[in-house]
Amino acid sequence: MSDVNVVLAQIKPRLGCVAENLALIEAEVEQAQASGADLIVFPELALTGYLLKDLVPEVALRLDAPEIVRLQELSRRISIVVGMVEVTDGYSFFNAALYLEGGRILHLHRKVYLPTYGLFDEQRYLARGEAFRAFDTRFGRMGMLICEDMWHLSASYILAMDGAATLICLSSSPARGVEGECLGSARAWQQLAATTAMFLNCHVLYCNRVGFEDGVGFWGGSEYVGPSGVSVARGFLFEEDRVSARLEEGWLRRERIFSPMLRDENLFVTMRELRRIERERGL
Amino acid sequence: MSALSVNTDLLRRMLVSFVRDEVRKVGISRAVLGLSGGIDSALVAFIAAEALGPENVHAICMPYKTSNPESEAHARLVAAACGVNFKLVQITPMVDAYFGMFPDADNMRRGNKMARERMTVLFDHSALLPALVLGTSNKTELLLGYGTLYGDMASALNPIGDLYKTQVWQLSEAMGVPSEVINKQPSADLWAGQTDEEELGFTYRQVDELLYAMVDQRMTRTELIGAGFAPEFVATVYGRVQNSHFKRRLPVIAKVSNRTIDRDFRYSRDWGK
Repeated sequence: MSDVNVVLAQIKPRLGCVAENLALIEAEVEQAQASGADLIVFPELALTGYLLKDLVPEVALRLDAPEIVRLQELSRRISIVVGMVEVTDGYSFFNAALYLEGGRILHLHRKVYLPTYGLFDEQRYLARGEAFRAFDTRFGRMGMLICEDMWHLSASYILAMDGAATLICLSSSPARGVEGECLGSARAWQQLAATTAMFLNCHVLYCNRVGFEDGVGFWGGSEYVGPSGVSVARGFLFEEDRVSARLEEGWLRRERIFSPMLRDENLFVTMRELRRIERERGL
Repeated sequence: MSALSVNTDLLRRMLVSFVRDEVRKVGISRAVLGLSGGIDSALVAFIAAEALGPENVHAICMPYKTSNPESEAHARLVAAACGVNFKLVQITPMVDAYFGMFPDADNMRRGNKMARERMTVLFDHSALLPALVLGTSNKTELLLGYGTLYGDMASALNPIGDLYKTQVWQLSEAMGVPSEVINKQPSADLWAGQTDEEELGFTYRQVDELLYAMVDQRMTRTELIGAGFAPEFVATVYGRVQNSHFKRRLPVIAKVSNRTIDRDFRYSRDWGK
């Protein structure tokens, strides 16, 4: 596997404006391609904005919608990861992420963990995804997570056990917590990304948006954390940015030789214990 | 260090970005605010000047004949310090014309009328300039209901509504609000000698510690008393928050259809922005 040049597009989508956001995404794709990038990652709900509420059905797209076809065309030249609202034939609406490559949708991930507490209200408007699956790309096996998904250890664990060496997290994380040295939500996410990368010896790509919606500020800080848990590149706080990172295959190889925790991970023990817990809980 | 203590660099950045982003996304470049001579509106003027450029911020000082002359002097001082446009609009003629019809009105009615008179001046300038009206109510007064509904509580955007008074003091110092304004006794200045803390019956520092523990940290009544807050103080403040909640909500709409505004017709205000 060769090295991969990635751009994390830390954009500011407009709430409910799919056409404008698509144009913004297209411009970023062109720019990234011109700079020689192999892969560009956009935030959660990049096509729609985040605090959608009753706008969900209005901004939702079928996977055969012209907007998605357009993104598929663009993916002939550069691989694209983008967040959207997907509507199914049965009129379920999902907070979804697409991995587009070679002119087609290589993978669809539907957000499993929809936060519905505090300032979040996703489960009121959206249906829950039911799978975490790794998938093969031109650049090796990857897995996608959407924001809250990553706060569940099992999600990253499943993807890593399924062979993903790169975890991509699309995010719309609101800024909060101004007591400490660093923004509370930024500190929490940085710890999470570093810990995940370190435990699973994976590349972690985190793309978060910026801009305000109804007073809620999204803090950006998109970052690439290498397979040792070290942050290599990090975007601006609160401002639009393009974060470039080179994912070195050699680093992954060395790290997995140096600390072969993933090799030693005992799926048999994990599965047996989880089945026991399932049985005991009467699930 | 108090749990209320904030990272002022970070907070300043967030609030400046908030004003810049939320004003400009509606296609407007200017903001207007009432500058009372007190610390809350002074801080908002400083934030807005940094966000939009001082030339795009219009501060209006709106004294009544009984207002303390020091308030206007302090408002001028603040406007000069942050470089925003300054205008004086006396509200005495409008308020007196009205109370000429109701000479027996008490202080509360007069105070509310003055606050609402100022609101109409600000929203008129919002249309004139055009500019968005910036709110200057802090989290302490919003939670206690210590403000006039549709008066000083009315605005398009409020940068400091999630900041306790104690935090307003901290950020004001960090942003260079003149010390005369930071150090004076907070007052609604509706009548001579009025001070917030005397009227409320406790100090801002006391109530901020309690509100932070009660609201932000969700401590139970037992935990609050265990932490050293007097039971009567806890009960008084809880009651104030509860009884003023109507001021923090839209008017109640009688539901008759399938989609009632704000109940099952839910959109963000930044819809399409």
